[in-house]
This record gives sequence, C-alpha cells and structure tokens, in this order.
Amino acid sequence: MAWLAKSLNSSLGKKLIMAITGLFLISFLLVHCGLNATIFLNDGGAAFNEGAEFMAHNPIIRTMEIVLFGGLLLHIFDGLRLWLANKKKRPVAYAVVDGAANSKWYSRSMGLLGTLLLIFLIVHLRHFWYFSRLTNDLTETHTLYNEMQIVFQSPIVVLIYVLGCISLGYHLLHGFQSAFQTMGWNHPKYTPTIKTIGAIYSIIIAALFAAMPIAFYFNLIQ
Amino acid sequence: MTKLDAKIPEGSLAEKWTKYRSSVPLVNPANKRSLEIVIVGSGLAGASAAASLAELGYKVKVFCFQDSPRRAHSIAAQGGINAAKNYQNDGDSIYRLFYDTIKGGDYRSREANVHRLAEVSGSIIDQCVAQGVPFAREYGGLLSNRSFGGTQVQRTFYAAGQTGQQLLLGAYSSLQRQVGMGNVKMYTRHEMLDVVTIDGKARGIIARDSVTGALERHFGHAVLLCTGGYGNVFYLSTNAMGSNVTAAWKAHKKGAFIANPCYTQIHPTCIPVSGDHQSKLTLMSESLRNDGRIWVPKKENDTRKANEIPEEERDYYLERRYPAFGNLVPRDIASRAAKERCDAGFGVGASKMAVYLDYAAAIIRYGQGEANKHNMQNPSYEEIQAMGKAVVKEKYGNLFDMYKQITGEDPYEVPMRIYPAVHYTMGGLWVDYNLMTTVPGLYALGEANFSDHGANRLGASALMQGLADGYFVIPYTIGAYLASEIRTPAMSTDSAPFVAAEKEVRERLETLMNIKGNKPVDYFHKRLGKIMWDECGMARSEKGLKASIKEIQALQKEFWSDVKIPGEIDNLNPELEKAGRVADFLELGELMCIDALDRNESCGGHFRTEYQTEDGEALRDDKNYAYVAAWEYEKQSTFKLHKEELKYENIKIAQRSYK
Amino acid sequence: MEGNLNLTLKIWRQKNARVAGKFETYQVSGISTDMSFLEMIDVLNNRLIEEGDDPVAFDHDCREGICGMCSMYINGRPHGPNRGVTTCQLHMRSFKDGQTITVEPWRSSAFPVIKDLVVNRSAFDRIIAAGGFVSVNTGNAQDANSLPIPKENADQAFAAAACIGCGACVAACKNASAMLFTSAKISQLALLPQGQVEAGKRAEAMVAQMDEEGFGACSNTGACEAECPKGISLENIARMNREYFSSTFSSK
Ligand SMILES: Cc1cc2nc3c(=O)[nH]c(=O)nc-3n(C[C@H](O)[C@H](O)[C@H](O)COP(=O)(O)OP(=O)(O)OC[C@H]3O[C@@H](n4cnc5c(N)ncnc54)[C@H](O)[C@@H]3O)c2cc1C
Ligand code: HEM
Ligand code: SF4
Ligand code: FES
Repeated sequence: MAWLAKSLNSSLGKKLIMAITGLFLISFLLVHCGLNATIFLNDGGAAFNEGAEFMAHNPIIRTMEIVLFGGLLLHIFDGLRLWLANKKKRPVAYAVVDGAANSKWYSRSMGLLGTLLLIFLIVHLRHFWYFSRLTNDLTETHTLYNEMQIVFQSPIVVLIYVLGCISLGYHLLHGFQSAFQTMGWNHPKYTPTIKTIGAIYSIIIAALFAAMPIAFYFNLIQ
Repeated sequence: MTKLDAKIPEGSLAEKWTKYRSSVPLVNPANKRSLEIVIVGSGLAGASAAASLAELGYKVKVFCFQDSPRRAHSIAAQGGINAAKNYQNDGDSIYRLFYDTIKGGDYRSREANVHRLAEVSGSIIDQCVAQGVPFAREYGGLLSNRSFGGTQVQRTFYAAGQTGQQLLLGAYSSLQRQVGMGNVKMYTRHEMLDVVTIDGKARGIIARDSVTGALERHFGHAVLLCTGGYGNVFYLSTNAMGSNVTAAWKAHKKGAFIANPCYTQIHPTCIPVSGDHQSKLTLMSESLRNDGRIWVPKKENDTRKANEIPEEERDYYLERRYPAFGNLVPRDIASRAAKERCDAGFGVGASKMAVYLDYAAAIIRYGQGEANKHNMQNPSYEEIQAMGKAVVKEKYGNLFDMYKQITGEDPYEVPMRIYPAVHYTMGGLWVDYNLMTTVPGLYALGEANFSDHGANRLGASALMQGLADGYFVIPYTIGAYLASEIRTPAMSTDSAPFVAAEKEVRERLETLMNIKGNKPVDYFHKRLGKIMWDECGMARSEKGLKASIKEIQALQKEFWSDVKIPGEIDNLNPELEKAGRVADFLELGELMCIDALDRNESCGGHFRTEYQTEDGEALRDDKNYAYVAAWEYEKQSTFKLHKEELKYENIKIAQRSYK
Repeated sequence: MEGNLNLTLKIWRQKNARVAGKFETYQVSGISTDMSFLEMIDVLNNRLIEEGDDPVAFDHDCREGICGMCSMYINGRPHGPNRGVTTCQLHMRSFKDGQTITVEPWRSSAFPVIKDLVVNRSAFDRIIAAGGFVSVNTGNAQDANSLPIPKENADQAFAAAACIGCGACVAACKNASAMLFTSAKISQLALLPQGQVEAGKRAEAMVAQMDEEGFGACSNTGACEAECPKGISLENIARMNREYFSSTFSSK
C-alpha cells in the first residue's frame, strides 16, 4: 500500500482526494437539497418530515451518514492542508497582484470560502443534526420542520445561513468543474457542458438553500 | 601550407564517408568511461553532440551562458530543416541536396563535407521523430514538406514556424536524459573564457560562473566548441543578445584558424530599425516572399502613405529586374536590391530604410479564389477582402501577428515595411573533415565552424548541419583522436598551464573593471556595428574596408581606455560579460574587414562593389579565389593567411543566374 | 513613432540571493512607444551606468519571444498587461504617459532570486531530466515515416511542445504551481506513439521531481493558462492527472 500513500500524498494525489470527496459532497447536497425543498410544497412539513423520518431510520442512509462525515472531514483536513502548504510556496509576496486579469476571485479563494463554509456547517449541524440525532427533543409534535420554524425566526441566524449559502454557491461554482479537471476529465467536447451544469447546479443549490431560512423568516411557508 | 590538412578520405565522393566511418579507430567502452569531453554550447550542435557522446559512454561536461541549455539560440530558427528523404517523390536525392548546397554556397565549400552532410540528413529526421519532435504532418499521418529558396524540390521538414525550437527541445531532452543518468554534468550560467592547451593539445577550458563570478578550470581530453555564430559583431542582427564570438576568438588566439570570416548572410525580410533604441532585429520568415510583392515608390523621397500611392507609381523592382524568379530570388540578391533602392532615395517609412512587402494583391487573389470555390456570383469588394484575409491569416497568421506586435501596424491593412538584416555567419573556425580545428583535440561544430555552406547558406540548412555534426559526425570522427588518448589519464587542473590560463583571464577581467572610463559597453558595440554594417555589410569596397580597419583599430584603443563597467567582478554582472564579448568583436571585426579586403571577387554573401557585372550582379573569380581563407592569429591586428584550395571533382562550376 | 512617454518605475533591487531586496523608484522620460519593454529598461540601465549606479539585472536573450529567458512581473502580471506575449515582445505603446509601473521578479520558493529581476529556474531542467524525454539513443531510430501519426495528435502534441519554459505559469499561480509546464511535456510525449511507451513512468517521475522542487499544488484557477505566452492549455494538466493516476493505480 506504500504506492497508494505515495500517490495520494503527491500534489496530484492531495487534489484527487479533494475532488473525490468534493464530488461526493456534491451528490449528497443534491439529495439534501431535494429533500429540504419539499418544504416549499407548503404542506406544513408533512412530506419533509416523512423524508426526514426515513433518513433517520434507514440503515443504509445511516451508514452513508458516517461515510459522509468521514468524507467531509477528509475534505476539510485535506483542503486546509493544501491551503497552508500552497501558501508557503511563495515566501515573498508580490507587491502588486492583478489577479482579476487572469482568474476568478472565488477560484483563488477556495480556502477562505471553505473555511466560511466550515463555520456555517458547525452552526448548521449544531442547529439540526445535534437536535435530531443527539437529543431526545425530537417528537411527533416537535418535528424537524417545527425546529426549522423556530430557528429561522432569528434574523442573525437567517443572515448566517444566507452568507453560508453564498459561500457554498461560489465554492461550488469553481469546485464543480474543478473536480472534473482534477479527475482528468477535460475534453473540448464535454467540458463546456460540465461547466454549464456546474454553474446551474451551484446557483440552484445555493439559491434553494438560501430561500429556506428566508421563507421561514418571512412566513412565506407555514 | 603544411598546417592545413583537411584530412579528406580517399575514394569516390559517394563512398568516402561510409568507408571512413567503418575504418575510423574505435575506443572500447571501458576506455570511454575514463575519457572526458568538454562541450561548450548547448544549441543544436552542442546538445546533440553531448547527448550522443554521453550515450556512447564518454564523461561529458556541457557549458552554456544561458540559465538553461534549452535557451540556446537555435531555439529561434523558424522555417525548417532540409533532408534528402525524397518522401515527395519529386526527384530529390542525396546528390541533389549536395549539388544544391554547393551551388547555393556559390562554389566556395568543400565537396566531401557537403556530401557527407547530405548523406546523414535523412537519419536526422528519423532521430528527431523518434525523440518525439512534433513535425507537421499530412492527414494520412505522414510527414509534411515545404519548399525553400534555392531549390526545386520539397525537402524541408518543419514544425509550424518553430522548427528550431522543436529540434532543440528534442536534443535538449536527450541531453537532460543523460544529465539525469549522471553521464553529463551541466554548467549553466557559465561563460567559457579561454581554452587551455598543454603540449599543443587542447586540454580544457577556463569558465566564469556568471552568478558568483568565480573562475573555474575544467579538464577534458578533448574540447568541443559549439558556440554558434558571431552575427552580433554588427550590433543589430537576428541573433540573440548573448550570441558572441568569445569562445571561437579565444581558440583563435590559442592557435585555431578562422576561415572565411567575411562571409555573412544578410536576410532580406526583417522588421526594420525603428529608432536608436533598437536592440535587435526580428526575422520575418522567408516564406512571406511566396505571396507578398515587394515594391518602393517610383518617385524619390515620396512621403505619401503606401495606400495613397497609385499602382502605376509603384516600382516592383524585383519583378522588374529578375523576371524569371521575381520576388523569390535568393537571399543575397533580394537583400542587395533592397539596399540599392533605399540608398538611391526610394526607401519608405520614417527612416527611409525600408521597402514594402505588400499582401493587398494576394488578399484579392485568394479572395477571388474562395469566391469561385463557393460559386459566388458577383461577390462584393468587402466579401472578397474578408475571404482573402482569412486565407492569408491561416497561412501566415502568426507572422502577421508578430509584425503587428512589434510595429503597431496592421499588415492586413497596410503593407509591411521590411529591410535586410544580418542573420547568419558562414565563416568560423576552420575544421578538417573530422571537425577538428588546427589545435589538436579542439573541435568546432555547428555555426561556430566555417561549415559546409560556402559563401552563402541555403535556407533550412543550418539546422541540418548543426544536428549532423552533433548526432552523426562527431561521435565517429572523435574516435580518430581519442583512440590515441586512452593512455592519457585525467589531468590535474592545478598544473601550470591551467593556472596560467586562469591568471590571464582574471587579469583581463580586472583590467576591464579598472578602466573606469565614461562610456557604457553598448556605446562601443553600436559604433562597431555601424562601421561593420556600412563597410563590411551588404556591399564592400577596397576603400571602405581599408578605412574601416583603421577606424576599428582606433575604436579598440578607445574601448580599452574609456569603457565604463559598473558592478562587481564577483557577482552577476551582465555589463562585464558584454564588455568581454565586445572586446572580442572589436578584434573579429578587424579580421572580417581584412578577409573581405583580401577576397577580390564577389561571391554569395560577400559583395565587393568593384567586382560586379554590368547589371550589378556578383562577379566571382574562380581562377584566383577558389580557396578557403584560413587566418592564423600572430599578434594584435596581425593575421597570417593560409589557403585551402577547393577542388571540384564532381561538380562543374557555373555562374548563378536568376534572370 | 506616436510620441514619447514619461514613466515612474518601481523596480525590485536585490544584490544577491543572500541579502534582502527592496523597491527603488526611477523616473524615465522620452520613452518612444516603439520601444520594447526591455529596450526601455536598456535606456534606464545606460543612464544608471553613466550615473555610476549598478544597472538593473534581468534575464533576456532572443528578444523575440521564443527562448523563454525574459521574465518580469509587471504591474501584477507575468510578462505584463498583454496576453500571449513575453516581456521582450511587450511594447511601450501598451502603457500610458505618466503611468507608474511596478516590476518584480518571478516569486516562488522554487525560483530563488539571484539578483534584481533574475531568478534561478533550474528546477525546470531537473523536472525534464527526471523523465521529459523518449529513451532513444542516437542511431536507434527507424525510418521517420514508418510511424504514421494522426494529424490531430501531432498538432496537439505540437501545441503542448510550444512551451518555452519561461515560468510565467508558476509566477501567475497563487500556489506557485508548475503543473502547466510539467503537464505540457508529459502531454506532448503521451500524445505521440514514440512517447507512449514510457508515458506512465514519465508522469510519475516528473511529478515526483516537481513536488520535490517545492512547487505548489494546482487549484485549477486557470491563471497559468491565461498568462502563458504560448497559450498552453489546461487540458494538458487534466491529461497529466490521467497519466499519473492510471500509472500509479495500475502499475504492478
Ligand atoms: C532568427 C533565426 C532564424 C533561423 N532560421 C533557420 C531555419 O529556418 N533553418 C535553418 O536551417 N537555420 C536557421 N537559422 C540558423 C540556425 O538557427 C543556427 O545557425 C543554428 O541553430 C546554430 O546552432 P548552434 O548549435 O551552432 O549554435 P547556438 O544554437 O547559437 O548555440 C550556441 C551555444 O553556445 C553557448 N555559448 C556561446 N558562447 C559561449 C561561451 N563563451 N561560453 C559558454 N557557452 C557559450 C550558448 O550558451 C549556446 O548554448 C536561423 C537563425 C536565426 C537567428
Ligand atoms: C458541502 C460542502 C462542500 C462541498 C460540496 C465541497 C466541494 C468541493 C469541491 C467539488 C472542490 C473541488 C475539488 C477540486 O478542485 O478537485 C472543493 C475544493 C475545496 N474545498 Fe470544498 N466543499 C465543501 C466544503 C468544504 C469545507 C467545509 C472546506 C473547509 C475548509 C472546504 C475546502 C476546500 C478547499 C480548500 C478546496 C480547494 C482545494 C484546492 O483546489 O487546492 N470545502 N470543494
Ligand atoms: S507553460 Fe506557458 S507559462 Fe509555463 S513555462 Fe511553458 S510557456 Fe511559460
Ligand atoms: S528574451 Fe527570449 S523570450 Fe523574451
């Protein structure tokens, strides 16, 4: 297995881990977002709670949850490690940098966006995952949906969530297509499509997630 | 004349090389490992020689002054490389390549060498393809060829407009492979400043580490100089800023003869000088003359813009003077004709030292062709223009872009301004058939030797020669010398000759630093360049040459008393490096004028105004000047001429005519 | 011939690798718009020499955009404000009268400064020495046309081989990554049948050397591609990744 360690520890390997875990998180987000979007059915959370219930008890999903955490931690650990290592490669900084001339700001700020995401995730997990998995407060009458209604009454929380979603949107706007490039999937025929799908995905996911706390706050859904 | 033995093998022309190659003494593998070779230069010649010799097992050290061997000036060659492959089935053969090269060289090169060059040319292409050089290909996957000046067959292989780059990167990759394997030790940012001779044989070099300024002694059983051409003696040329004659000149002072130094190739299509600030000239590929028309106004000192001059007031002077070849006459002829028009006051542009290279007619011609192809009835003028420009863009886009980049003018709209510029030096260190100079153990390869090109080099032949020398000639011919050196152990560099050579180099550097005069090096270089360009450039005369020799001698004195070199001797000091090179150019320039003065004839790149036909063409004198002029250094400003008679046993000498 | 410029230059001056450097400010006037950027520096240097100062050291040789030696970081961008050109091809008509121009050396821990604007790029040579070649000795070759290569592949290989090794990709990259340079060579040779034989081994060796030299990883920002004077494409990096992983994961 020495070869695997060597391969994954190379500059390319570290990126491969980012890409694989990133793509995994992207697929998770699709499920997560799809499920949560059921709140917009405006059925008082019936569909949403049913889904959440299923998620909480299905053994496959529970296993995947562990994998998901592992993947997220790996992504975070590897991301921070890369970020710090890359910073060291230019010990003397330039006096003038015209980054906008050659690249998008968010592509150069993945570490920062990721860290913002991390902070948001901690808040987010504390709100819902902690509530649903680690306390006994979840009951027939106090559903996850009810918890959302409560949490999103605070304008500060809503603001944190919206900012978190913006960070997510930008992180993915670069990350989605970047992961394909890292995997070696770059082809003049397909890459433009991948980039378009990535952009659509990032914007829709970020917008939908952001719409949730806003909708609750403004009582747009009951 | 005993010293000049070209060592040409016996036998019929076509068999000389094959026979010689199989009879030249060999060095066995074990002995190779203890033989050390110093190679100065990492261009096509140096890199190919270094890789090939290291592959054979020799211990090799390579030096270059750039920060990487990949940056040698071979990288800049655009057009292509010749080889007698006859892939096009158009009647090419080794003999035809040999014949074209001798004729192109205006019958001033050595038959045996040129024939060998043609013989190995095919293997060069094979070798380069095997290395992964991405030559242009046809849709069927086979190699593509183009035609070049002075030939009637298509034998030029190319990689877009970057053939030299691709060939050099191929040789460089082979070189780096040997570096990685530990067989070659590479010294970058090192400048060779002297050859060390012991008992009459070349035994090493003194080199300066440009970063630290330290002088180093390096031993070699043999020393190969692959240091390129000296066109920069003219200050402005298409050569790189660092191209120099220093290595060759130091060898010259240690006993190596310099042959035909006055043979200089002036390329007709370069971007003209735009002002005093100009530091170098950029070549526009010869291929542009295929479709462009060259003209000047008929009226003297015409200040109108090109587009305002009506058709009937334009003088297409090449088409007028050479109806048979028109705009496609060889380089030397096209260059002289441009100079003649400008000198007569018909030049264009702000400096009046340029002629137009016009694509307007080609754009319309191609546009109409496209219209016909697409069955367009009555296409509008705009449509024709647009389609024509598209075709021209596809063929010459990168060159047009380069022109626009440099001049700020759009060549699709206004004619390009071009003027001849110094491009290549046919002269160089005299070598025998083994590529050995007159100093035993000291070799010269590539543009640094006096080469196979006679008085004029054909396009796409320099790359061929550099790689032939390095890949396929020296690996064999060096055996003739090294086989007798196997009993010579590696020598200590603490011996007296090394110490003395280093001391001499150090003193010279210190002298330069201590002059502390008033003028930067460039000031002297520019003045030398102007003298050379005016009097030893496209047209030379007895009177002018004699005056220049005096002027250059005076300039040498002025340089050694008034040059100002800032910085330190033991640090990176580009001005000090330049000063050393210019000091050598000042001496070479003098020798070039002496050589040009000696050659009372006109041939190839050497045009003496006294020796021309009634209609202004070069007039050769085969009876008196069919020789290689090899100059021996005696002392400052004193050189002794040795003549190597050129015998033509396989080719009938004839006058070149392009009318 | 469009007129002359007066400019303020802020140039990084550093005596050698061992001492710290700093910016110096110089005024130059009467700069012709026809000059190249390097010719403008020549003008400054000749003045500095006449005034008894040390001229600005900078790398350059061919001055026609092919040797890859020139390397200035101008106003926040490698090779200055224009795309697709090297510093030596940048002309003063791209600047405005009165402008301040900041000139810095390439910055990367793998490219230490030697003096002023001159840096040591020998790391690139070592990356090539690690595997950027086809293992063929002189004389081993078969006839050049015995190996047909699809034109498309040959053209793609040429496009990758056009790299001049200038290091602008490293200079532009926020991670000082050398992926574009390294991948260009890996790609060129992987695209050709001659190079295919060793493609995997080559990728592994060159990537290992690249990492050892201290270049950063790739964040796929695309800055390298945008600033590369020869338009080397990011596709090459993807190809390098494929070659590398297919080799490390499949080799025995
Ligand atoms: C713009 C241009 C376009 C051309 N186009 C073509 C073409 O299309 N076809 C063609 O056939 N030919 C062409 N030529 C000519 C051809 O490129 C050269 O003649 C040939 O490449 C010379 O190769 P070389 O190996 O002899 O020398 P170079 O490539 O010049 O190499 C010289 C080497 O010597 C080293 N060196 C020199 N002096 C010293 C010293 N004192 N100490 C240490 N190292 C030293 C340098 O560092 C360098 O490595 C062109 C030339 C130019 C300038
Ligand atoms: C749901 C959350 C997240 C998703 C979906 C996600 C997704 C991605 C994707 C797809 C990439 C691109 C991989 C590549 O370029 O090959 C990426 C890169 C990155 N991610 Fe995340 N990420 C998430 C959270 C985080 C977090 C919490 C961090 C924490 C620090 C982080 C840090 C990074 C960094 C630093 C990179 C860039 C690595 C580089 O290019 O050098 N990400 N992410
Ligand atoms: S990839 Fe482009 S920027 Fe990088 S070294 Fe090559 S030519 Fe320069
Ligand atoms: S000096 Fe050669 S590329 Fe700029």
